[in-house]
Parts: sequence; structure tokens; C-alpha cells
Amino acid sequence: MSKKYWETLPQGSVVLEAGSSAKFKTGGWRSMRPKWIEENCIQCMFCWMYCPDMSVKVTAEGKRAEFDYDYCKGCGICALECPGKKGKKAIVMEEEGK
Amino acid sequence: MTTKPLRLKELAKGEDRFAHGHRMCAGCGAPIVVKQVLMATDYPIIAANATGCLEVSSCIQEYTAWKIPWIHSAFENSAATISGVEAMYRSLVKQGKIDDKQVKFIAFGGDGGTYDIGFQSLSGAMERGHDMMYVCYDNGAYMNTGIQRSSATPFGANTTTCPAGDVIPGKPQQRKDLTRIMAAHGIPYIAQASPGNWMDLMKKVQKAFEIRGPKFMNIIAPCNRGWRSRTDDAITLAKLAVETCYWPLYEIENGVTRVTVKPKEKKPLVDFLKPQGRFKHMFAPENEGMLKQAQDYVDAQWDRLLKESAAGEAEKAE
Repeated sequence: MSKKYWETLPQGSVVLEAGSSAKFKTGGWRSMRPKWIEENCIQCMFCWMYCPDMSVKVTAEGKRAEFDYDYCKGCGICALECPGKKGKKAIVMEEEGK
Repeated sequence: MTTKPLRLKELAKGEDRFAHGHRMCAGCGAPIVVKQVLMATDYPIIAANATGCLEVSSCIQEYTAWKIPWIHSAFENSAATISGVEAMYRSLVKQGKIDDKQVKFIAFGGDGGTYDIGFQSLSGAMERGHDMMYVCYDNGAYMNTGIQRSSATPFGANTTTCPAGDVIPGKPQQRKDLTRIMAAHGIPYIAQASPGNWMDLMKKVQKAFEIRGPKFMNIIAPCNRGWRSRTDDAITLAKLAVETCYWPLYEIENGVTRVTVKPKEKKPLVDFLKPQGRFKHMFAPENEGMLKQAQDYVDAQWDRLLKESAAGEAEKAE
């Protein structure tokens, strides 16, 4: 973020752009990385519903797509809530950087 | 406006009205609550937010996670602020200066900003009968400032202002039942919800938006920092809170109480307490009796609720 002075800020420090937090990437907070295993995925969308960081991408057809690693903080809620297929989880947590 | 169908596959095609890039902790329950509330409806929404975790982390200088008009004023007056916005909107529509777009008004607050500090403005807004909804995300302490007790903190919990040690074994008092206090205001709709039961939560939001007048929703929002639990168990704990009847899911519509989700099997309260480090001392041999005290309180509340719910059903049948 470039340095700004009071003259250039909007009055009352109003934020004029909706959802501008998307410019701030929180993916760097992550120490554990969720991995999506597509063949075990039953498309229940629970991971999408329960993600606190809106980091599960969805295709135009409403299908689950890859994680958005720019924002995922690696909390692991998705992996814990994932029902998987035949006892095999579709999301597993791995240590970041391995 | 027709009510939005609550199918995950359909919902997933829609756009989130709460953006990523917010600075809530990893695994926080509050953004899940906000996203579910905003997702439940297609109505345009204007929100006010009391000071708290959600406010400070969702709107940091130049960045906002909100895709709806959003206003923050102070800790104690989010309900007063949104009631002012609502009154102005109604006035402008009446004067013919703007078209009525069926805008809905929500005030968000944490338990500190709702149960304690913002209580007078909330009570006032409800009494004046504004067409608004107040959503409290209850994480059971002042988590933003470093886990101080609030009147929503459950009995026995260890916080920095009621630390478990030689003098006291955590919070000595029971929590305040705010949902019931709001019911005493005689407003048309009051509900308690949990993000673990997303369908139930969204149905309640949809129902609330079709009712004119003040509405109140109390939603549990697990906080892994304050609850001393793992980062991945927010939803599991939100579900356990419901299954142990610590956080029963019910609604009070025009004075008639209805339990919306009855757990198939009422689990013992320890299932909810055990994964949380803030209750660790309650399992120590010297604090024997605390668990029973906590369980007895939950049982008494649940029995009372069931009786009220049964009375409500009988009234409906007549």
C-alpha cells in the first residue's frame, strides 16, 4: 500500500470500494495447507458453506473448484467437516512448504 | 420477493456479500455467521456494526470486506445507528425522494456489544419498533480485547478477568439469557441459531425478513482463541452446543415458542466442554461438582423451553 496523506483520503475515511479487502491477501498466514482430492469429492459443498474465508472456488455451474490459496488461512474446518467418499476424505491438511 | 430456495448447489452459484481478505483469525466462527445471514436473502441490506472482532477485522483503513452499505459508529450504539438509518430511509421514501427498494436493515454485534455495552440502545430500538433485525454473534467473552468475561460467558469459563485459580474456579455466575430478555420486549420475532445448522439459520433469517418490525437473532460463533480449542472445530463445537442443548435452536414468533431443531439424542454437556481449554479446570478433582452444576442449569433451561414449546404447539392446534 502506497503512503497516503489526509488530503488524498476520502472524507470521513469512507471506503468507497465494496469488498476491497480482496486486495489484501491473507494466504500468507497459513501454516497448514488443505489439499483437495477430487476423486473422493461428492460435491456436498459443506467446505464452501463453512469456510470462514470464502476460499473455496465454485465454477459457473455451481461445482466445487480448487482452493483459493491467496486467502485460505489454513484453519482446517473444511477438512474436519468433509464427509468424503467411502470413508476417504476429499480434503486433507498438509504442512505448508513440504 | 419470493423466498430464495435453500439448496447448497444453487446457493453456491450466487455471490458472497462478505468478501475474503478480512482479518478475522483462522477458523473464526463470526465470518461464517455473517456470510450465512447475508446469503439467506436477495433483499438489499444495509448493516451497522458494533465495535468488536467483526468490526475491527472486516473494515481496516481502505479495506472493507463488506459488499453492502455498512456503517460503524461505536460499541454501544449499533442498534441506535441502524434505527436512525431505517427512520431516514422511511422518511425519504414517504417524501418521494427515493424509490422503495425493500431495503432490509441489520445491526451486527458481538456478545459484548449486545449483552452488555450495547444493551440500552438495543432495548430502545426494539421498543420503538423499527423495521430492523439485530444479529448478535455470541462468542461468549470480549475476544477482541483479549478474552475478558462478559455477561454471555458461560459458568465456569476461564477468562482473563475471571481466571481459574486458587481464588475462583473460572466465572462463578451463570450466563445471562439474552434471547429470553429480548422475548420480554414483545417483539414479533426472536430466534436462536447456530452456523453448524446452516439451513435452520437461513430459514430463520428468511422468515425474519418477511416480518415487519423489530427482530432479534442470537447466533453462536465459536472462537478458537478464547475457547482454547483447535482452529478447525468451530462448526463441530457449534453443532455440539446444539446437541448438548447448551444452545437450543428455537424461535419465538408473536409470543409463541417453537423448538426448531430437537437433538435426536441429548448429549451430556461434557461433550461440549471437554474440547475447550477454558473449561479444563472443571475436570480437576478439586472442582468436582462444577460439571454437575453446569449440567443442571442446562437441563433446567431445556426443560423450561420444552414446556413453553409444547404450550405453543397446543395454542396453535386450538
